[in-house]
Amino acid sequence: MAVIKLSESKINFIKNVCKEHGNKAGEVINVLHKVQGEYGYLPAEIQELVAKELGIPVSRVYGIVSFYSFFTMTPKGEHPISVCLGTACYVRGAEKVLDELKRQLGIGVGEVTPDGKFSLNCLRCVGACGLAPVIEVGEKVYGRMTPDRVKDVLAEYK
Amino acid sequence: MHVLVCGGTGCQASASAQIIENFQRILAEKGLQDEVQVVRTGCFGFCEKGPIVKIMPDNTFYTQVKPEDVEKIINEHIIKGRKVTDLLYLDPENKEHVSDSKHMGFYRKQLRIALRNCGFINPENIDECISRGGYEALGKCLTEMTPQQVIDEVTKSGLRGRGGAGFPTGVKWGLCAKNKCDEMYVICNADEGDPGAFMDRSIMEGDPHSIVEAMAICGYAIGASHGLVYIRAEYPLAIHRLQIAIAQAREYGLLGDDILGSGFNFDIELRYGAGAFVCGEETALIHSMEGKRGEPTLKPPFPAVSGYMAKPSNVNNVETFANVPIIITKGADWFASIGSEKSKGTKVFALAGQINNVGLIEVPMGTTLRDIIYEIGGGIKGGRQFKAVQTGGPSGGCLTEKHLDTAIDYESLAAAGSMMGSGGMVVMDETSCMPAIAKFYLEFTCEESCGKCSPCRIGNKRMLEILTKITRGEGTMDDLQELRNLAAVIKDTALCGLGQTSPNPVLSTLDNFWDEYVEHVVDKKCRAGVCKKLMSYEIDKEKCIGCGKCAKNCPGDAISKTDYIAPGHKLPSMVIDSTKCIKCGACIAGCKFGAISVK
Repeated sequence: MAVIKLSESKINFIKNVCKEHGNKAGEVINVLHKVQGEYGYLPAEIQELVAKELGIPVSRVYGIVSFYSFFTMTPKGEHPISVCLGTACYVRGAEKVLDELKRQLGIGVGEVTPDGKFSLNCLRCVGACGLAPVIEVGEKVYGRMTPDRVKDVLAEYK
Repeated sequence: MHVLVCGGTGCQASASAQIIENFQRILAEKGLQDEVQVVRTGCFGFCEKGPIVKIMPDNTFYTQVKPEDVEKIINEHIIKGRKVTDLLYLDPENKEHVSDSKHMGFYRKQLRIALRNCGFINPENIDECISRGGYEALGKCLTEMTPQQVIDEVTKSGLRGRGGAGFPTGVKWGLCAKNKCDEMYVICNADEGDPGAFMDRSIMEGDPHSIVEAMAICGYAIGASHGLVYIRAEYPLAIHRLQIAIAQAREYGLLGDDILGSGFNFDIELRYGAGAFVCGEETALIHSMEGKRGEPTLKPPFPAVSGYMAKPSNVNNVETFANVPIIITKGADWFASIGSEKSKGTKVFALAGQINNVGLIEVPMGTTLRDIIYEIGGGIKGGRQFKAVQTGGPSGGCLTEKHLDTAIDYESLAAAGSMMGSGGMVVMDETSCMPAIAKFYLEFTCEESCGKCSPCRIGNKRMLEILTKITRGEGTMDDLQELRNLAAVIKDTALCGLGQTSPNPVLSTLDNFWDEYVEHVVDKKCRAGVCKKLMSYEIDKEKCIGCGKCAKNCPGDAISKTDYIAPGHKLPSMVIDSTKCIKCGACIAGCKFGAISVK
């Protein structure tokens, strides 16, 4: 395991979150939500600390992080891109948009560009099916996407 | 005067927040801020034409409004009383502008019960909800009815679980109420994981108080004082609005201790999901709320006996709860008079895919698919041919032309090889390839399988491998039989609802689109032009003018010049080297002369 030294402020933040949740084992998912919300991802060191604070084995924390797709152990890019692969987007051509993104960014799903600018992920339905196919860059939703528009969207962030 | 602006996720993605801001700013500039109230509502349902702005009391329905249109609406409509015609809905049939939503095809056949308040109230304001009858049902239960009477009323109404399985809600409550215990739980399942389904989200965003009220009613009926909502973390707006609704209800004494002086205590907490489809299964959901991996366990024991923290718990879906208050106020007989013989009331569907009017609809049980797709949905996009409609998400199946006149309810959909499911309804046209659709759903199931039982974990993986072979043109007729065998075993032996229903998309497409499978296997052809391995791109040398645009667009350098110049053209035509072609379609998209085709 790569060793990341957690800063004092990080350690205190995580300890505080655990405390807010009464250091209860049953609150582990809520704790992980808050910690990931702050740091963007959940490396091994953070999981170890959470396990210690909640008094549960680190295997249980890892079991949860790896089970739920919302949690991630790899950092995201500065502008995380999510392509909706829900059924409505799929039948309106989301896969072609995804292929074009992969081609232009030169990365696969779950990867980050070497400069750390973009990361690419898939998700299932943001519920904006009227705008299908949909991609999200950060919090911004782009509807009625086509492979042609990929270049323009990426240009906004370069 | 009221200006209602849709604040659902879809409309927010197309700048509805900016529209609201513009309304407020320009109204204030003109000194009209006290005369005209701007309200951010929940979803109106007509997402295809969003963002939507509605002006009350004259009920004018503006579609696809842009932030820069706001000034015009204020100057023309609000100040001068003249409707802005070019922002009104254009009836695709008679090409006339329609201003009242009641006269639009999309709304005409709908009946809104669960969505009764969505789009009419500001969901962040409890007073608006109360003015439309909110919390009246809770008051009636606490002051005029015994818990048993509440259960009897819900049972008599014929309301069934809207999460998909269709278990009678009143019976479920009755089973839980029998297990009296000092600590019991009411759980709302808001883990809407079906791709292409957004019913529950829209209810929580548009009318969160109906869920709060219904959970309290359920708590009173079964004798529970704790409520828990298990909601997806992917729904930040719904979470935000539920939090506000719960806080307001507490402030008004509609949650907390001694509600309305009746001595009944009830409060609600939120629990967040973390992206696992299987958590929609009630035992998995309960484990997830306890802070564990969301793996299902064998039933019995049912949650009614041993649920959250091993205490008796009652789990209902969001839409089921949304129906409860109105059943109490209007009566079970009224509710039971709507719908089909065995399925009462209405069902909300998220209509999506290759259809003209994408949106959220609510229709009485027993409405035909034809009415939904052609009347409400406005038919297939681009005038293409209807091919299939998928209901029930990854647990459901694909229905075809021959099912269009089936009156849909729980039983008829199951008999046709699909299921009601939570309400996703995705329409497909001739450009969808059915083996590829089956593969799409299995990819989803394989990704979401929790891995606990082997039929689901291994069986679905094997099915996916076979489907991948078929879509690559490497399948055999034996593979098709093997798919059926595997499907039968998985259906019989998987542990939970996710596994038992996962073969449905494969079985229903095999049954309804057998020819298309055979074409992939025997003729090595994909008629929809989706399976890349089975396609080839060709340039018609007579039509090609030799401009070279395709070669420029080609990312794989697969296009080059020939020696042939077609009669009437000046430049030699182009040709595609099929060994280099990656089948991306960039050449077709760029050709203005229709010279390139997929074979």
